[in-house]
Order: sequence, then C-alpha cells, then structure tokens
Amino acid sequence: MLKEASIRQPLILGHKTYHDITKDICGPIEGPAPREWKIAITIAAIIAIYGLSCIAYLVSTGIGAWGLNKTVGWAWDITNFVWWVGIGHAGTLISAVLLLFRQRWRMAINRSAEAMTIFAVIMAAIFPVFHMGRVWMAYWTLPLPNQFGSLWPNFNSALMWDVFAISTYFSVSLVFWYIGLIPDFATIRDRMVKPGMKRFYSILSFGWSGRAKNWTRFEEVSLVLAGIATPLVFSVHSIVSMDFATSVVPGWHTTIFPPYFVSGAIFSGFAMVLTLLLIMRKTMKLESYIHVKHVEYMNIVIIVTGSIVGVAYLTELFISWYSGVEYEAYAFINRFSGPYSWSYWMMMTCNVISPQLFWFKKIRTNLAATFVLSIVVNIGMWFERFVIIVTSIHRDYVPGAWGEFHPSGIDVGMFIGTIGIFFTLFLLFARYFPVLALNELKTILKMSGESYKKEAEKH
Amino acid sequence: MANKVFHVMYDDDQKLMDGARALVAKGIRVKDVFSPFPVHGLDPVIGVKRTRLAIASFMYASTGTALAILGTWYFMIHDWPMNIGGKPSFSWIENAPAFVPIIFEFSVFCGAHGMVLTYLLRNGTLPGMPASNPDPRTTDDKFVMEITTEQNGGMSESDIEALINTTDVYELSIKNY
Repeated sequence: MLKEASIRQPLILGHKTYHDITKDICGPIEGPAPREWKIAITIAAIIAIYGLSCIAYLVSTGIGAWGLNKTVGWAWDITNFVWWVGIGHAGTLISAVLLLFRQRWRMAINRSAEAMTIFAVIMAAIFPVFHMGRVWMAYWTLPLPNQFGSLWPNFNSALMWDVFAISTYFSVSLVFWYIGLIPDFATIRDRMVKPGMKRFYSILSFGWSGRAKNWTRFEEVSLVLAGIATPLVFSVHSIVSMDFATSVVPGWHTTIFPPYFVSGAIFSGFAMVLTLLLIMRKTMKLESYIHVKHVEYMNIVIIVTGSIVGVAYLTELFISWYSGVEYEAYAFINRFSGPYSWSYWMMMTCNVISPQLFWFKKIRTNLAATFVLSIVVNIGMWFERFVIIVTSIHRDYVPGAWGEFHPSGIDVGMFIGTIGIFFTLFLLFARYFPVLALNELKTILKMSGESYKKEAEKH
Repeated sequence: MANKVFHVMYDDDQKLMDGARALVAKGIRVKDVFSPFPVHGLDPVIGVKRTRLAIASFMYASTGTALAILGTWYFMIHDWPMNIGGKPSFSWIENAPAFVPIIFEFSVFCGAHGMVLTYLLRNGTLPGMPASNPDPRTTDDKFVMEITTEQNGGMSESDIEALINTTDVYELSIKNY
C-alpha cells in the first residue's frame, strides 16, 4: 500500500470506511427526492422550456429573429457557443490532465465536472447549429456522398475543423464519463431494492461484475483515454480560437489566440465547477469528500489560468501598437474606448483584477468568497468572448460599413434558456447518477483518508 | 467429479492481498477476484496478464489517421478540387497543413471509440448483460476470491478448504457446479 506524506492534508475527512463511501453517495439516490431538488428542477425546467420555445420561434422565423445585422454577423450566439465550450473544458482537464499528473484530489470532483462538460458541450452546440439557419440541413457539414455535383465540405476551413473537433470532443468525453460510471452503476444496482430501479441501473451498469481482469482493463482504458483526451482538449479550444484567429479582420487576426483561449477555457470551466460543487456539497452533504482543500486547489488553478489570460490581454494590446498596423491598433483602441468599452472594462475587472484576490489564503479558503468570485469569473469570461467577437467586427476597414449590435429578446431568451436546460440536466444527473466517482475514491481512502493518515502517523 | 466453487470473501483489500499471496504460494490457482475497486498489485499474484488494449487503441488511431489522409485527399484534391483563397488544391502535401486538425481529430475519434468498444466487448459489459458477481456486496466493500476444484486438480476439496481457512477469511461459501 502506498503511503502519502503526512504533511499532505487528507482528502477524505472523518472516519470513513469503504461502506460509508458507498452509503454516502448512493444514499441520496435511493431516498425520495428532497423538496429543494423538486423546487430547483421546476424552476430550471420552466426556464428550459422558455429557451426551447425561443429556439422554436427562431427556427420558424429565421435567424433574422436575432439581433445580427450585415456588419455584425456573429455576436450573441457565437459568444454563447464559445462560453459554453470553454466551460466544458474544465471537466476534461480535471479527469484527463489531472489523472496523468496523478492528482488524487481530482477523484472527488471529476464525475460532476465531466457531467458538466457533457451538458455544456450540448448547450454550446445549440448555437452554431441553429445559426446555420436551416437547421435540418446540419448534416451537410459531414462529408457525405451527395447529388450536388459532389460538393464536399471545405476541409481548409476552421469552421469545418470545429465540426470535427467539437463532435470528437463531445463523443470522447461522453464515453470517458460513461466508462467511469459503469462500476458505480453496478454498486447502485447491487444496493437497489425496488425492482424497477434495480432493472434501470442493471441496464445502465452493462452487467459489470468487477473481475480482476475487468479492473485491469478499466485502469488501462482510463489511462489511455486520459492520454488522448489531453491533446484533444487543447486542440478543441485551439480550433475554436482559429475561428477568430485565421481571419483578416483586425482583432480576429492574432496568433496568440490558441493558448489564450485554452487557458481562458480552463479558467471559466473551473469557475463553473466551483459554482456547482459548492452548492452540491452542501445540499448533498458531501463535505467530507469535497472540502476546503479541494476548493483551494481549484482556486489555485483559477489564479494561474486567470493570470495567463491577463497577460494575454496585455500582450494583445502591446502587439496591436507594436505591429504598426493602424487598423489593428484602432481595433484595440476602439475596444477600450469605443461604444462597447463597458464590456471591455467588465471583462478586465472580472477576469484580471478580481481573481487576483485568490492570492490571499484567507480568501481562497473562504467558501462564500469563492462562490461569489466563481460567478464573477464566469460573467467576465462571457464578456471576453463578447468583446472579441462584437468589438472586432462592428468596426473594420470601411467606416461606411460600421454598425452596432443590439441583442433581441430571442438572443437573450435562448441564452437564458440554455442555462435552464443545463441546470435541468445537471439536476437530473445529481439525483440519479453517482455524483462522485465512489469506486475510485475507495482506492485513495487508505492513502488520503483522515483517520487512516492519523493511524499511519502513530507508527 | 463435480466441480466445486469456493467463494472466499474478505472484508479488506489488504487481507485479500495477503490471502491471495499465501494461497498462491501453497500452489492454489485463483480463478478470479471480484472487487469493488481495482486492487493494485493483485494482478501478478493471481496471474492476470497485462491488457493489450493500449496497443489496440494505437492501431485504431493509426487506421483513423490513414482514413483521414485518404479522405482529405479524395474530397479536396482528387474528386472536386476547389480554389479556396488560392490554397493549393492540386497537391495533397502542399495543402496538408490545413488538414492537420481534422486528421488529428479523426485519429483521436477512432482511437478512443475503437478502444472503448473493444473494452466493452472483451469485458462482456454491454447494455442489458446480466451481472456475474457472486455476491452483491462485492461492489460495495467486500472482496471475493473464486477458487475451483477443477483448476486445482491435485488437491482435494477439504485440502483447499483447510488452506483457505488459514487466511483471514470473512465468509466462505462452497457451491456445486
């Protein structure tokens, strides 16, 4: 049995046994739904239905229902797309990159972070798919044999790369998540008494039996999937950034975008994980598994990625001046002093200044402060995408073509609606799925459990 | 002779490891172990070989790479070349940098899904399959070692049972098959 250094803080607090872990995580699934959950899912579902009706209106009317115009052809929708995809990245980072680095604290948070990834990527996909206008022709993005003089999609286009990147990312994240869920579903199946629910989890668990060979394969598959999901997660947001980086419009012509977008994605994703987990640990009584140390680790990731993002903002400004290209320089002057300067300063405050508060240990170990700052970061990251997209294209080379963007009710409704759909899915996950990787947690109990560590220190 | 199956249950992974080591040292073949989580270090003791899934994944991914190269060549160069912003549409190799993202994504796609499908098939875990763990507690906090008389031809049933009882057993059940 591996021993962990005694100065490392325990990851599982209290005196827990293997059975306690099973009980703590499966218990809420077996009991009746709590009142708060019913209230929360009702609210989320109402918002989701509103969002879906906005989508229905959009599809039946056409994307003129959005506030887009001839000058600003991408705005609110693509902002939301990038925002949601970015949020998704934290899940893969936690489950894949932290697995490769053997970070054990990931085990308490990876399951819900991956669920968040999957739901966030679904929300993200809504926007570009409906932006196509005639959404029933979405399959034209695939290289299918066709009757149009054999018209193939353009593989030189960053948008086409995005189709491949996002769909690969979504499907690989989904199987990665599900592979981990199978043994935990088996645990629930074996505990369930009600025959209907037992049958349900029996199907979900694929007949997992936990044989020695199964576990060897399980660990190998997790490791290899982590190994290939790591470059995948970096490639996905790099490709998303190339939607903007490979253009000739000032502000959309920047080689710094891939690393800057990737760190921004991790930044916003961790903030979203914190927002969700701080609520979940309280309502589902998971304080022994997700405690202050986990929150602190995540806050450290937020400082690091937030500072990278800050440096990227300043580099962009510097390069726009240093390049000597007056159009490029104007794009950036316009960002911080033009009609959308409020969004620029919103972004600067929320993303660069406020996360620096986490340098203080008092703040990064304070759960209430973390909760507030995590929401601030997500607001900031939404504005970052808005700034990049709208301020760059609303004024380009010819002043006669300048314009402004004003969101319509459908724009706003669809965005709010995706938040509702996201929370509906997440609440369903929290109710029916094991929210922690309980069988993985058992492997670290003897290394990182509080009572076991105390026992080990005595010897 | 009827085959008898011993299901030896332990309530701790360390006890299981010690038990497996002791029994294997005395020449008993352990057929399988059912555990709620991966017990590290157990595989070499009970003779489980390393899985070749990683190699399989590499082969699936290589297939993906090859298919993506073939596809980009066929769609963009051979079948219907188009002049897109003056990019070379006549030579795959000159246009290749623009195809790298898709080749990469498709390789990952094939490598990941191929491996996962192989994993599910090899494990026999598919939707609706029946579970075969001998006791529902093995997915919670108990560890069961399966030993059969069939695999331990040289030993009598009572010999095996006596040896099993020298380890720190939590529960023992013997079934006829």
